[in-house]
Amino acid sequence: MAIYTLDFERPLLELERQIEEIKKGGGADLSKEIGEIEAKLADLRAEIYRTLTPMQRVQVARHPRRPYTLDYLRMVFADFVELHGDRLFRDDPAMVGGWARLDGTSVMVIGHQKGRDTKENLRRNFGMAHPEGYRKALRLMMLAEKFEAPVITLVDTPGAYPGLGAEERGQAEAIARNLIEMASLRTPILTAVIGEGGSGGALAVGLADRVLMFENSVYSVISPEGCAAILWKDSSQRERAAEALKITAKDLLDLGVIDEIIPEPSGGAHTDPEAAATALGEALKRHLRQLRKLKVEKLLKRREGKYLSMGALSEK
Amino acid sequence: MAWFKKERKPRTSERVKLEIPADAWEKCDECGHIDIKDRFVRALNVCPNCGHHRRIGVQEYVDLLVDEGSWHELDLELKSADPLNFENYRERLQAAYKKAGPLDAIRTGFGRLDGMPIDLGVMDFAFMGGSMGAVVGEKIARLAGRSIAKRIPLVIVSASGGARMQEGVLSLMQMAKTSVVLAELADKGMPFISILTNPTTGGVSASYAMQGDVILAEPGAVIGFAGPRVIKQTIGQDLPEGFQTAEFLLEHGMVDMVVPRSELRDTTAQLLRHMTGSRPAEAAD
Ligand SMILES: [Zn+2]
Repeated sequence: MAIYTLDFERPLLELERQIEEIKKGGGADLSKEIGEIEAKLADLRAEIYRTLTPMQRVQVARHPRRPYTLDYLRMVFADFVELHGDRLFRDDPAMVGGWARLDGTSVMVIGHQKGRDTKENLRRNFGMAHPEGYRKALRLMMLAEKFEAPVITLVDTPGAYPGLGAEERGQAEAIARNLIEMASLRTPILTAVIGEGGSGGALAVGLADRVLMFENSVYSVISPEGCAAILWKDSSQRERAAEALKITAKDLLDLGVIDEIIPEPSGGAHTDPEAAATALGEALKRHLRQLRKLKVEKLLKRREGKYLSMGALSEK
Repeated sequence: MAWFKKERKPRTSERVKLEIPADAWEKCDECGHIDIKDRFVRALNVCPNCGHHRRIGVQEYVDLLVDEGSWHELDLELKSADPLNFENYRERLQAAYKKAGPLDAIRTGFGRLDGMPIDLGVMDFAFMGGSMGAVVGEKIARLAGRSIAKRIPLVIVSASGGARMQEGVLSLMQMAKTSVVLAELADKGMPFISILTNPTTGGVSASYAMQGDVILAEPGAVIGFAGPRVIKQTIGQDLPEGFQTAEFLLEHGMVDMVVPRSELRDTTAQLLRHMTGSRPAEAAD
C-alpha cells in the first residue's frame, strides 16, 4: 500500500518517484541530488500539512495506514493483556481493551479498533462498536476502578454502529449507561482521540478528566458527509460541512472541549508511527502523573465542573 | 376490504354536513378514523378508534402531569449563543422562536403531582426537532441541580431527533453535561423518571432519556439510537414491522413499561410514591 494515497499528497508522490528513479539509475555519487530532492520533499510535506483544510484532516484521520489502538498498545505500553467480552452477549472486536503498563504502573487501556484490510475490517466492523463493545468497555472500566488503576481510552471510530442488532440490544442504553457511569467512576480517566472521534460512539468511552487529541484527528457530532446530506441534501458539500462543524483539534481546544493537542510528525502519524507513539506516550504519562495526585473526591468534582461548563449561552 | 370503506365514508361526511361544521371533525393519520375534534382532544389526542398517540405540545404534558395551579416555569431567558457561527443557524433559531416560542427545545419548571413536589422538564419537538444544544443541556443541568439541592424527584418527557448539529461538538458534550449531573442525582438517591415520546433518538436517547431509574414510553413512540432512515441506508433493506417502537423496546427489555397517555399521570405518581416512600394517595389524610 502506498504511503501517499490522499489527493492533496500527490505532489509528494511525484518527488518520491523522482528519488526512486535516480536511485534506480544508479551510477556515481548521487547522494547530493537525492538529498536535495529529499529536503524539497520534507519542505513540501511540511507546507501541505501546515495548511490542511478541515476535510483534508478528516482524510488524514481516516488514513488506512494511520496507527490504531493496538498499534499504540504495542508501541506505548508494556505488558499488555487483552481481555474480552461483555459477559452478556459476545465479544465485540470493534472495541479492544485490557491491562497494560505505562510509566511502570498498571493501567486499563480501552479503545476502538479498526481493521487494516477488508477482511479485518469486516471482523472489526470498521471500528464501529455494537452495544456489547460499549458494555465490554464499561466492564473493564469498573475492573480498573476496583483495583484502583487509571483508565486510558483511545478514540478512533466513525461512530456507533447503526444496525438492527445494535438497536435490538440497546445501542442508546449502552452509550447512556457508559456516560453516567464514567461521570462517577472513582479512578482517573484519560482520553486521547487518535483518529476519528465519531459522535456518541466516541463519547461513550470519552467522558474523561482530560481529553487529548492528535493534531490531525477530528471529533464531531456528525460526519461532514452526514451533515452535508442533511443540511444541503448533497454529501459532496462535505468540505463546507467540515469547515462549519469545527472539528479539528485546534477548534476543539478553542471551544474548551479538549485539554491538549498532541503534535504529529510532519506528514501525519502514518508517516512515522514511532514518533507519533512517542508523543502520545509522553503526553499520557504527564497527564496521568498530574491526575494521580488528586484525591478521588476532588477528581470527581473537577470532572463534573468541566462538563457542566460546556456550551455557549446567553441569558438576559 | 375496499368495498367496506367506500360504503362507510360518504355516509359519515353526509352526516357532517347536517349536524356539525366541517372543521369540527378530525381524521386519524394512522387508521383514517374520522371523529369529532372534541373527542380527540378529550382523549388527550389519542385516536378513539385505534389508540394512535398524536404528538401533543409541552403545555399539554404540563397540564397532564402537574396539579392545577402548581406549575412554576424556570430559566425563561436562556438562549443559544451560536458558538460556531454556523451558517444560517441564527435564522433557523429565529424561525423556531416564531414557530415554537422563545424557550428552545425544552421547558423546565417545578410543581406538584398528586401533591408530591416534582421537577419537570418537557422537550418540545416543534423547536428544531427537539434537538439538544447548550440551552437544553443547561436547563436540564439546572433542573437536576435543583432536584439535588431540594431533594425533589425529577421527571423528564423526551421528544428529540438528537443533538443539534449547528452547535457542533458542543452539542455532543451536552450528553456528557447532563450525565454528570444525573450521576450526582443518582448518588443522592433522588428518583428520576424518564418518559419517552415520539420520537426519542440520537444523542438524547443515548444520554438522559435512557438514564432514568424507571423508563416509561408512550405507545407507538419511535425510540432508538440511530434513526430508521440511517439504519435502512446502512443495512440496505427495509426495517421489520414495528422495529424501534415502544412495544419493541419493551419486548427487548429496554423500557420498563409502555403507558397510554391516559394513564401517564397516575403511573408516574404511583412510581414516585414507591420510590420516595410516600403513602398511597387514597390513604393520605
Ligand atoms: Zn386511529
